[in-house]
Amino acid sequence: MDVEHIAVADLLVAALLMVGALFTLLGSVGLVRFSHVLLRLHGPTKASTLGVGCVLIASALWFTLGRDGVSLHEVLITVFLFITAPVSAHLMAKAALLLNPELRGSVIESKAPPGQHE
Amino acid sequence: MNGWTQTVLPVAAAAVVLAMLLAAWRLLRGPTPVDRILAMDTLYLDTVALLVMVGIGADTAVYFEGALIIALLGFVGTVALSKYLLNGKVID
Repeated sequence: MDVEHIAVADLLVAALLMVGALFTLLGSVGLVRFSHVLLRLHGPTKASTLGVGCVLIASALWFTLGRDGVSLHEVLITVFLFITAPVSAHLMAKAALLLNPELRGSVIESKAPPGQHE
Repeated sequence: MNGWTQTVLPVAAAAVVLAMLLAAWRLLRGPTPVDRILAMDTLYLDTVALLVMVGIGADTAVYFEGALIIALLGFVGTVALSKYLLNGKVID
């Protein structure tokens, strides 16, 4: 591969890393800032799929271009995260609803029930 | 190759470390047990992202195995803790 292509790929890897890091940070900001449990579930789910996904794609691209042959084992983690993120989020939502059944109505009205503000 | 990626890498790693600090705050603060489980899950995922970034920075593939194992055990831990909250035991 010639120099120009490598420079473009380098820029692409850098952009993917920054997007991934930004989504990871925003997911945690959501975890801190949202008002009750079910809303807080929303933030880190984006961090796990978009954030870590972008970082892993950047890593796959980097090792594919920097070495001989294709590096695809990062895709393994990406696929695993895409399969498991909904399962764990579903179980956590079920646990939250079991601990506080009043949350059921609050999802539709999108406001915290009494006693659920921090 | 030493250009944009190596320049951007410390900034991205710092953003992920800041995200981990925010998740740790939620882990200590609560208020419900589900919040703490969620914060643990977020910490696992951020660790995966950070390890992959360290792997890119050092230009080795050895950190990949660590990231994969943390991703696997993080999911198992989250499921086990949620199941414990749901019915008081982990395996029915």
